[in-house]
Amino acid sequence: MFQRLRENRSAQGTLLALPTTVWLFVLLIIPLILTLIVSFGKRGPDGDVIYSFTINNYTRLFGYSTDCDNGQTACFDPLYIQIMWRSLTLAFNTTLVVIIMAYPLGYFIARSHPKQRNTYLFMVLIPLWTNFVIRVYAWMMLLRKEGAINNILGMVAGWLGIDFVPLELLYTQGAVLIGMVYEFLPFMILPIYTSLEKIDNSLYEAAADLGANRLKTFLRVTLPLSMPGVVAGTILVFIPVMGTFIVSDILGGRQVILVGNLIQRQFLDARDPTFGSAASLILMVMTLIVTYFYTRKFGFGEEIVVA
Amino acid sequence: MNPYRRSPLVNIATIFVYFFLYAPIIGLILYSFNASRTNVTFEGFIPAFSDQVVMDGSLVKSSPCGPFHWYCDLAKNNDVVEAARNTLTIAFTATIVATTIGTMAALALQRYDFKIKPFSQLSLYIPIVIPEIVMGIGILTLFSQFFGWANTTFGLTGDSRLSMGIATVTISHIAFMVPFVTLVVQARLQGFDKSYEEAAMDLGANEWITFRRVTFPMILPGVLSGALLAFTLSLDDFVITFFTNGPGSTTLPIYVYGLLRRIITPQVNALSTVWILVVFLAVLMLQWIQSREQKPNH
Repeated sequence: MFQRLRENRSAQGTLLALPTTVWLFVLLIIPLILTLIVSFGKRGPDGDVIYSFTINNYTRLFGYSTDCDNGQTACFDPLYIQIMWRSLTLAFNTTLVVIIMAYPLGYFIARSHPKQRNTYLFMVLIPLWTNFVIRVYAWMMLLRKEGAINNILGMVAGWLGIDFVPLELLYTQGAVLIGMVYEFLPFMILPIYTSLEKIDNSLYEAAADLGANRLKTFLRVTLPLSMPGVVAGTILVFIPVMGTFIVSDILGGRQVILVGNLIQRQFLDARDPTFGSAASLILMVMTLIVTYFYTRKFGFGEEIVVA
Repeated sequence: MNPYRRSPLVNIATIFVYFFLYAPIIGLILYSFNASRTNVTFEGFIPAFSDQVVMDGSLVKSSPCGPFHWYCDLAKNNDVVEAARNTLTIAFTATIVATTIGTMAALALQRYDFKIKPFSQLSLYIPIVIPEIVMGIGILTLFSQFFGWANTTFGLTGDSRLSMGIATVTISHIAFMVPFVTLVVQARLQGFDKSYEEAAMDLGANEWITFRRVTFPMILPGVLSGALLAFTLSLDDFVITFFTNGPGSTTLPIYVYGLLRRIITPQVNALSTVWILVVFLAVLMLQWIQSREQKPNH
């Protein structure tokens, strides 16, 4: 038997790949199938799952409600649609702000002397590897009523002789946006840098020879060639923002509820795993649709693996 | 044309972005030395050393550790020590398993042809394209359904009941770490010509010797950086751990998250500072490995 295995390359390959493939199948694919089955179930009396086939969880997500005010048996409740829309717009806004902030930094690093590049990149990696929860906590300290931002604003107002009432910065949409931008900024800087660094210097020389000014060179050469980095960064930022619940939990409080918070609460507080599973599948479908159309338009950035 | 020429606007924007990245971290570290126990505003450093902690209201006047009072407080906190131990146990175990099976898979995908290859390759991208929370609740459902079934079927009671704990967290961590190890090692293997291995085989080395003497030394830097990446991913993970942990398997991120919903003393800041320091050293190590990797050795 061993002799045969030694000669059969295909069997060797299968054996080598088997542990990983089985592991991923059991812990990633089976759970997805289970989530799909549970999402068609009903909530039992103790928050357990009664298997059935009902689409109630999905109709509820899209606004069908039986909990109505004026004696009606069914009505439209936009609550969950609003939550999904809020997550989607927040993910778009975060991605946009992150691109605007990450591009100059990626450009700066790519255009600095090769000897200094590693130091600048290192400076991007430190905040990236600082724990996610700790980074949210840092912003919580800055944004609260007695926090550093209000203190600085108060001091400036004092110099200018203006009365200052500390701003309610925490527990707002803005706070959640800042927190998200902070969490995911490095994921955009690294792929943008990678794609900019690859651009051959002779292309700039050619553009200059052909009479392009700096702006034109940037718009016609640099920007198009760095698009793969922007695309990869967008995927690395957009998908996690859609599902994150810690940032909105800590910086948004009860004011800013996202799909992630909705799902988390169904599994812990509200104890309705069937509804949580349906919401989670809708979240997955939303991100896959956006990613699909986005990558079809711009191509799948290979820079994704680099980051 | 000078390739390093940058517009001053780019330089200004860069300074702003670096400030945005570092201001919160510096603030966090500063507050770890706060004399105020309530930690709402910065009330200065703890001024003096003394045999025991002297408090004035919520202000620490002096402490055996002086300005480092909250760091000593942290070391005495059993919950933190236990959470740190759990975090490291999970990270080490998961890294060893994920690196081993992930490297095997990379070799298979890069050097062999077999039936399930497209499926194996495709499954690696799942953790990248699916939000972590979707994976988290899926794995939670898997474990709770399986444990429920096993406990009733085999009549397990008391201590022998299967439940969430360090094992479930470790198993789940491996699932999201493996794809990263495999992709990093695969990228490394791609850079090397098959002919090195073929030459070894022609010279009479069998597959095992070829692997040990040729392939493995070539991919070792890739394996190491894959392992370090996996290790940091495990240390850092919140979402998957949140849904798969149980009593006695609290990790540091879960512990900190729990604290944020209660009273926050500068101890949290001290913990964060120690963490940032550890991360700093880890990233430094990763950079060192990668810089060695870049140097051609033949």
